[in-house]
Amino acid sequence: MSTTDSSTAPLPVTVIGGYLGAGKTTLVNHLLRHAAGRRLAVLVNEFGDLPIDADLIEAEDDNLIAIAGGCVCCSYGNDLVLAMLDLTKMIPRPDHVLLEASGVALPGAIAATVGILPDYELAGVVVMADAETARQRAGDRYLGDTVRQQFAQADIIVLNRTDLVPPSEREAVRDWLISEYPAARQVSTERGQLPPEILLGFREAREAATGQPGPLHGDHHQLVSASAVPEGPVDAQAIADRLIAPDLGLLRAKGVVQDFRAGLMLVQIVGSRAEVTPAPPGSDVGMVCIASRDAAGDSELLASRLKQILAKFSLPVEAIQ
Amino acid sequence: MSFTIYSARKIITMNPNRPEATHVAVRDGRILGAGTLEELVGWGAHELDERFADKILMPGLVEGHSHTMEGTFWRYIYCGYFDRMDPDGHIWEGARSIEAVVERLQDAAAKLDGPDTPLAGWSLDAIYYGDRRVDRHDLDKVASDRPVGVLNASGHILNVNTRALELAGLLRTGINHPGIPLGSDGLPTGELKGPDAMTPVGIHVGFDRDLLACDESGLRQFARLCVRAGVTTAADLANLLPPDAVSMMLRVTGEADYPARIVSLRRLQNMTVPEIVDRALELRGMSTEKLRLGIIKVVSDGSIQGFSARLRWPGYYNGAPNGLWYVPPEQLREMFALALEKGVQVHTHTNGDEATELVMECLEEALRRHPAPDHRFTLQHCQLADAAQFRRMKALGMCVNLFPNHHFYWGDQHFAMTVGPERAERMNACATAVATGVPMAIHSDAPVTPLGPLFTAWCAVNRQTASGRTLGENERIDVDTALRAITLGAAYTLKLDGEIGSIETGKRADFAVLEDDPREIGAEKLKDVGVWGTVLGGRIFPAAGI
Repeated sequence: MSTTDSSTAPLPVTVIGGYLGAGKTTLVNHLLRHAAGRRLAVLVNEFGDLPIDADLIEAEDDNLIAIAGGCVCCSYGNDLVLAMLDLTKMIPRPDHVLLEASGVALPGAIAATVGILPDYELAGVVVMADAETARQRAGDRYLGDTVRQQFAQADIIVLNRTDLVPPSEREAVRDWLISEYPAARQVSTERGQLPPEILLGFREAREAATGQPGPLHGDHHQLVSASAVPEGPVDAQAIADRLIAPDLGLLRAKGVVQDFRAGLMLVQIVGSRAEVTPAPPGSDVGMVCIASRDAAGDSELLASRLKQILAKFSLPVEAIQ
Repeated sequence: MSFTIYSARKIITMNPNRPEATHVAVRDGRILGAGTLEELVGWGAHELDERFADKILMPGLVEGHSHTMEGTFWRYIYCGYFDRMDPDGHIWEGARSIEAVVERLQDAAAKLDGPDTPLAGWSLDAIYYGDRRVDRHDLDKVASDRPVGVLNASGHILNVNTRALELAGLLRTGINHPGIPLGSDGLPTGELKGPDAMTPVGIHVGFDRDLLACDESGLRQFARLCVRAGVTTAADLANLLPPDAVSMMLRVTGEADYPARIVSLRRLQNMTVPEIVDRALELRGMSTEKLRLGIIKVVSDGSIQGFSARLRWPGYYNGAPNGLWYVPPEQLREMFALALEKGVQVHTHTNGDEATELVMECLEEALRRHPAPDHRFTLQHCQLADAAQFRRMKALGMCVNLFPNHHFYWGDQHFAMTVGPERAERMNACATAVATGVPMAIHSDAPVTPLGPLFTAWCAVNRQTASGRTLGENERIDVDTALRAITLGAAYTLKLDGEIGSIETGKRADFAVLEDDPREIGAEKLKDVGVWGTVLGGRIFPAAGI
């Protein structure tokens, strides 16, 4: 059973920011290749160098590229809002929108705009950092404040192109990002090769309900995943607040829990962003998550911490305090 | 072959060899010569036309930075604080209070059919109404059933009524957007700042989806405004120029009685740099006498009053964070290098001095790779440049088009809030530009401020703010320098100075026909010079009959 009704549910939007060359386009193409049946709509600020790999393109128009698998890419230029209003009229409607910001755009401003549009919901702000140049950009005379604001507005910072720097440098950049931008969770990758679940969410709510996450796509030695099922009613908001704490290093989590007061609730985590909304009646409870190995340790450790958290908040938070 | 000799009370030629004349001879739309009747009859058989015997002729004025959408805006209700003339020549009295704005909109609403028809106004300037903000309840007095929206003079704020918010799904609590202030009830106040907040509601109040686009009727209205302002050539600074718009513009401007030359720049958007350079070359080839194409426009930062311009240290006077970059330097470098290589001209919008600095740095790099004679790359607005930056412009061979109208409309705010007293006094440093030898134009950015080069010249000469303060006495220029800026100066930035901008042998017969002599009326009255109409390519366009 699907937990959402695709015709009326708000359309999730992931904002992808970061300076030129950080790998936004590579990440977008990677996600298109691993969409696993999701119809993705990609919005780009402009068709500069074509943002979609040639072999994925089925047809090309002035402002629209049709992509294999029912996906599309539109250019929005100055009119992000109009492009988004048009997108909801598209038939069939996309399942998820990837909004690739321009290299100098502030992703937080775009995220705020997503929040005022009917029919959309923000599914996280992901900012790409080029392991080779991130620190230098952040200190640039002209661009430094823009780049720093981009990182500061991220729910998840993707440290990309880590294969291009020595391990010591990779660690130095990672530590610098953690200390400068503690509000964002962090994940490292080489060519934008992230499991699609991190940006697009878990494909089937059933995964969450059964507590059996599918294997992560590809070889992601930087990542671990875990699942758990709460044993009784819990405090959904308290769990959500706990899951975004930096020590867990959670990148994405989704779960249905029975809340004391509100009944069945859907808990969604994207990095440091948490959403708690009513879940459709009849949903099975359970929770699944992906975290960075750096922060979370191994899968067993993550699973046990997740179970602990679910158990800890099986009383209303006031009772704990 | 017969030709016409016009007599005039005086002809100000802008040709230093003979600065003034009494007669000008016109054949085939071009100037045979300016001088005395005796000199001109030597050209042979002619007709003497004395209709301008009591008028002053100047070269047709050149507006170096406007937007043809000024013509489109007049289909909405004018709500500005200052008096403003519409394309029909009707002067709309300034709305001096929020109540006056509401009353004007009520009058317009009473004339609309249907209870749901939206009502749109423009040019509201709330800063003149003291501390009180315009909110949805003010506009609810206009109508509660129909959506009502009024665009701010800056173009960056939209005020709407409750019904409009409702239609856009924004009449709710819990909105968290920097461009949507909330009232004490947790609901939006009806003030929407920035395009992202404006657009979703703007489409419900009757603003076209693409506010910047100019349609056929707007282009016609724009030219009527040109005639009333003495303008014969106007630059349309940021058009996307899709093929259907170009066809329409070619057709309309190609009509013999279309009374203006339009220079339309292609804005860098939705194309890669190589694509836009190719497109510019293609557009250049499509140019006609009355529609010039082939220049590229780049916007590098935002606006000073919107706090989105990029300023150098110490930044904004009120402590606001630095503004926004609209293009990354990598793209500027690529744009400039390829344009220089291919001989395409680029005009770049910079408002803040940091944007000006970056653009010059990128151009300098590009020039090292592709040295280009006479490129005339132009900085548009360039409001905050200091003396060193003007020297660098000069060294790089750049032109500048400054925006002195800002002193009158927002100079007091710049002084008190945006950049503070010292930098407010050096804003649009016309005297420094001239002293440094940077080729200079001055502009209105219509519809941001009204199209009217003589008013713009008055602003540059007097530097007076709306409250009467003289903002930077040392940067004032004299009347002749200002008149040159609105003729040859602007023509030079468009590489048209060999064709227009002065009254001398061989140039196009483009004249501003004036009731008063701008050199004699007095610097403080320059804006009051009466405009009878224009002559374009020898064809006469009286404002009264346009």
